Amino acid sequence: MSRLPRSPIIEMADGAGGKASRRLVEGTIVPLLGDAWKGTLADSAVLDIGPGRLAMTTDAFVVRPLRFPGGSIGELAVNGTVNDLAMAGAGPVALVAALVIEEGTAVETVEAELRALGEAAGRAGVPVVGGDTKVVEHGKGDGLYVSTTGLGRVLEGVALGPDRVREGDRVLLSGPIGDHGITILLARGEVDLEADLRSDSRPVWPLVRPLLEEDPGAVRWLRDPTRGGVASALNELARDRGLAVVLEEAAIPVREPVRGACELLGLDPLHVANEGQFLAVVAPGAADRLLDRLRSIPGGEGAAIVGTLREGPARAVLAETPYGGTRIVDLLEGDPLPRIC
Amino acid sequence: MRHIDVYRNSDLIAGLLGRIRRQVDPARTYRIMEVCGGHTHAFHRFGLPDLLPSNVELIHGPGCPVCVLPRGRIDQGLAMAEEPGVILTAFGDMMRVPGTLGSPLRARASGRDVRAVYSPIDALRLAEANPDRRVVFFAIGFETTAPATALTVLLARRKRVENVSVFCNHVRIVPALEALLAPPGAGLDGMIGPGHVSTVIGSLAYEFIPRDHGIPVVVSGFEPLDLLQAVLLLIERINEGRADLVNAYRRAVPDGGNAAALAAMDRVFEERDSFEWRGLGRIPWSALRLREEFADLDAERWFPPPDAGDGAPDDSPCGRVLRGLMRPTSCPLFGGECSPEHPIGALMVSSEGACAAYHAYRRGEPAAT
Repeated sequence: MSRLPRSPIIEMADGAGGKASRRLVEGTIVPLLGDAWKGTLADSAVLDIGPGRLAMTTDAFVVRPLRFPGGSIGELAVNGTVNDLAMAGAGPVALVAALVIEEGTAVETVEAELRALGEAAGRAGVPVVGGDTKVVEHGKGDGLYVSTTGLGRVLEGVALGPDRVREGDRVLLSGPIGDHGITILLARGEVDLEADLRSDSRPVWPLVRPLLEEDPGAVRWLRDPTRGGVASALNELARDRGLAVVLEEAAIPVREPVRGACELLGLDPLHVANEGQFLAVVAPGAADRLLDRLRSIPGGEGAAIVGTLREGPARAVLAETPYGGTRIVDLLEGDPLPRIC
Repeated sequence: MRHIDVYRNSDLIAGLLGRIRRQVDPARTYRIMEVCGGHTHAFHRFGLPDLLPSNVELIHGPGCPVCVLPRGRIDQGLAMAEEPGVILTAFGDMMRVPGTLGSPLRARASGRDVRAVYSPIDALRLAEANPDRRVVFFAIGFETTAPATALTVLLARRKRVENVSVFCNHVRIVPALEALLAPPGAGLDGMIGPGHVSTVIGSLAYEFIPRDHGIPVVVSGFEPLDLLQAVLLLIERINEGRADLVNAYRRAVPDGGNAAALAAMDRVFEERDSFEWRGLGRIPWSALRLREEFADLDAERWFPPPDAGDGAPDDSPCGRVLRGLMRPTSCPLFGGECSPEHPIGALMVSSEGACAAYHAYRRGEPAAT
């Protein structure tokens, strides 16, 4: 086991570029990343990745609390970024991570998140090839921020984008929504509610890839409904494509604790964040087959066809209620705020 | 959720809709006011207005406590946040509501210590955890939320916490309804009585409406079956010319109200002789303030206002919407100058606001009067 930094808390010196920095990086960070670490500690990673189209994305993670049922910031930092790659039809090839640590944060907190990051990278099958660590003064950060940048290779034959979406296409949802957002809300302890619920944080590439391989031409558009939830993701599609997305409310999978918490807090599950689900717009003729395929994959059992692209009203998302009425599903305005009465 | 799902049963809803369609007289219109902003949102959230016959007109009422608060009171609360050492706390609903100089959220972004709480008790806890700070709770709401404020005041007194105070903006529903129904009135044929506030004040509080104003009132819950049942009961009564009071929300509303909650309110609050309402003007005996005995916990005595209220009458479109004289979609500002991103009035931001409901759920509908 390598030597740990001398103090149980992170100090400014750990980020100053001197001996303490080196001890933190070489003694703590690199060993804790385990097998996922494929870097060299040089200024840049050099990758030999051959021909084909690449996808690249970056994401900053500032979640509070750092750990919550079903995940933590380190795990989220990997899954969030590889999922963004997956939404471009790309499998992850390499990841770099930057940590911004607040002075005074327990070293064991940082260690736990690095372990989580390494394990998540292992599960997602993506090597970590570089990184950076900064320490900011006490009170200038929220313990730990993590930013990751990912590089992915786009599967051959895949062409995704709002311009490929047609009237009549179906909307496929990979599983129950709202688990992550409600888990975080409850984990903050600001609401006096308890529920048996875990974040859905996971890499979705193992679910997306078989769909793309099954019928690359039939998958038109992919999106992970993270912040702002399904409503925001579909509103962007409706706006970009100039069509209407009509959801069948009763078909949208929502777990009971999420439904209950949303009822109590006055939230719409369609506005609540997810970290392990995706939306796919697929050709109408292939929808049932792709749904069956998705449901046959472990983790895809809860998938459902939840809506249809229609000509109008243009640029709107509608939900058909189980009673035959319809309502607009709008973008979320600001943070989800609880209602008072 | 099973206790809720029974009130969302599609077959029962279809049955009720059928009965409503059979009862409705096509030769007339039915102007029905849902007093409570929560009812407005529930109607739209479940897509019910589309399913009702077109001559059944739903008119939303003044039952959104954030919306009826004049901007001067919001300014006054935000001025308190400017005082040294103050933590201003408010319900999440208040955070985006604009005063004349911006919202609590904007005050927070500019460095004031403004925090959203879920209950007034959280403000008390915050005061206990920060003995060197002064915590102000921006109290709003009808009799629905007033008991919680009252209990918090009593608890603060019992625990001898001195660094917490209440900026009391609690209002009373009955004087507001009296003002709304006073001549010339809003031309209503019936009223869906509010749900949540009635759990505290009881359904009998509305007896004066059929008696003095000759229209039926049905107190209702918030689920699709509740709302449609209330509509059906009202249509039957309107057809028969029968003006009476029905408590159709007995699972939550006792006829006589909640005695313990009313007692706590009575112990802590007294009526103000007059209070300014957005859109409705000054209404006598329509709001509450802390009794003299609790003056040390009264934020208005910690920080006396520079001037009494904003006396100018409110002839903004918000006022007409609040009085049921204009539909949100008929407002010239709706969706353009005034939207949830850039709200001009609280009706557009509050989770109970009629304009927010129309914007969220029914933006595309043609403007009607």
